[in-house]
Amino acid sequence: MTPDPLGDSMAYPTDLKYTKDHEWIRISGDIAEIGITDFAQDQLGDVVFVDLPEPGRTIKAGESFGSIESVKAVSELFAPMSGEVVEVNPALKDHPDAVNGKPHDTWMVRVRVSDPSEAGSLMDSTQYDAITRT
Amino acid sequence: MTDTAAVKLRTTPLHARHRASGARMVPYAGWEMPVEYSGITEEHMAVRTRAGLFDVSHMGEIEIAGKGALEAVQRISSNDASALKIGQAQYAGLLTPEGTFIDDLLVYRMATSHFMLVVNAANTAKDYAWISEQVKLAGDAAVVDSSSRYALIAIQGPAARDTLQQLTAVDLSDIRYYWFSYGEVANARVTISRTGYTGEDGYEIFVPPNMADRVWQSLIQAGRGDVIPCGLGARDTLRLEAAMRLYGNDIDESTTALEAGLSWTIGWKKSDFIGRERLLEQKERGITRTLVGFEMLERGIARQGYIVTSGGDEVGRVTSGTQPPFLKKAVGMAYVPVSLSAPGTQIDIDIRGRATKAHVVPLPFYKRAMGSGVI
Repeated sequence: MTPDPLGDSMAYPTDLKYTKDHEWIRISGDIAEIGITDFAQDQLGDVVFVDLPEPGRTIKAGESFGSIESVKAVSELFAPMSGEVVEVNPALKDHPDAVNGKPHDTWMVRVRVSDPSEAGSLMDSTQYDAITRT
Repeated sequence: MTDTAAVKLRTTPLHARHRASGARMVPYAGWEMPVEYSGITEEHMAVRTRAGLFDVSHMGEIEIAGKGALEAVQRISSNDASALKIGQAQYAGLLTPEGTFIDDLLVYRMATSHFMLVVNAANTAKDYAWISEQVKLAGDAAVVDSSSRYALIAIQGPAARDTLQQLTAVDLSDIRYYWFSYGEVANARVTISRTGYTGEDGYEIFVPPNMADRVWQSLIQAGRGDVIPCGLGARDTLRLEAAMRLYGNDIDESTTALEAGLSWTIGWKKSDFIGRERLLEQKERGITRTLVGFEMLERGIARQGYIVTSGGDEVGRVTSGTQPPFLKKAVGMAYVPVSLSAPGTQIDIDIRGRATKAHVVPLPFYKRAMGSGVI
């Protein structure tokens, strides 16, 4: 591993929840935004394409809901929580590299969460930071 | 790929430099190698527009010398080494009796009866064993694995010549494409070869291992920001744009030189070489499948191993595929039936269960604008 470019544990925003598969989720009310972490984008390298479900589709916690392609590899996206996709980030079509530039601000889908209790099994920023260092 | 975690990885003489420079290191063909420095896109574009520096010291060197050296090389190599002048190199296949690839390589003629073969890292031991066995049968020549005697540094891109020229008294304009010369670079005794694996003009420099870091650093400094270090990731995307075959992806022991579109590397006029009989048969009978280039027509990126379909039926496999940074289009290579190989033919690539439209395009995807005197 290369040294963490961000250098300290404050790198991961405290208002997000995280999965072991390196997705984050920002929950506000019954709507949540989902993206991938800085650690994930660093591992993937230059992102060139994000394949996402259409609005209206239902996604299920822990299951694949799309894929992200970098120049060197493809990686699946796993849903942190279940729900219905209400919006797909339109900016990603022309600027998939935004995922590399601002990973924690670049949401991929907005979801209407169907089971808020699922948030309980996700990690906070401190726990997530710890798994990226092992 | 096998799990290399338990295996002690080999390192090149530039390993400490890569680490100190913040390169991301990965296991590759038994070596720990830099896969990227500043990012594949940036490195790729630097090579297309300025220059990039690659550590390819993991490549193997096998030398064949002695009275019967030419005869030995003629037997094991698909290409006609008798056409080589001293100081010249050629691309060739190391073929099985079936005409398929044990490896692909560059054959350098160092002297009338002295050749050096530059082979893939993953295949060096296999190649050496095969070549030694064949040469024993064929005649009077010694075979030596001299891989550890060389570090190999590639400088590739439009700024390669001007950068390298600052460090050497060798007049680089005298070295034609696929020729090589000797001299000093940053006071190291080296062999300078006008070859590469990127589709750009450039050089591959054979350096004594203890001088590798000095040459590397000197090239970076002479480049004044125009020359950046690059990893294997950019090397792969660059070679794909140029449609250069990658052993293990596009060619292997199941594909023949004819199927791979490499008939130009076959010395048909030679009286004999390993694989000749089967290739002649295949040439007369006609091949049934062939390696083609394709471009995606719908969104999606084809990767190695993805299934190619036509009318719902499986017709082939993708051997290499990505969205390379200069083209900015998803492309790849695949073996398909000859009936589906004409440019413009529509095929589908199964991308995670979805038949995604693509069409056959001529190779290479990228060809540099040729200045005068490049070849």
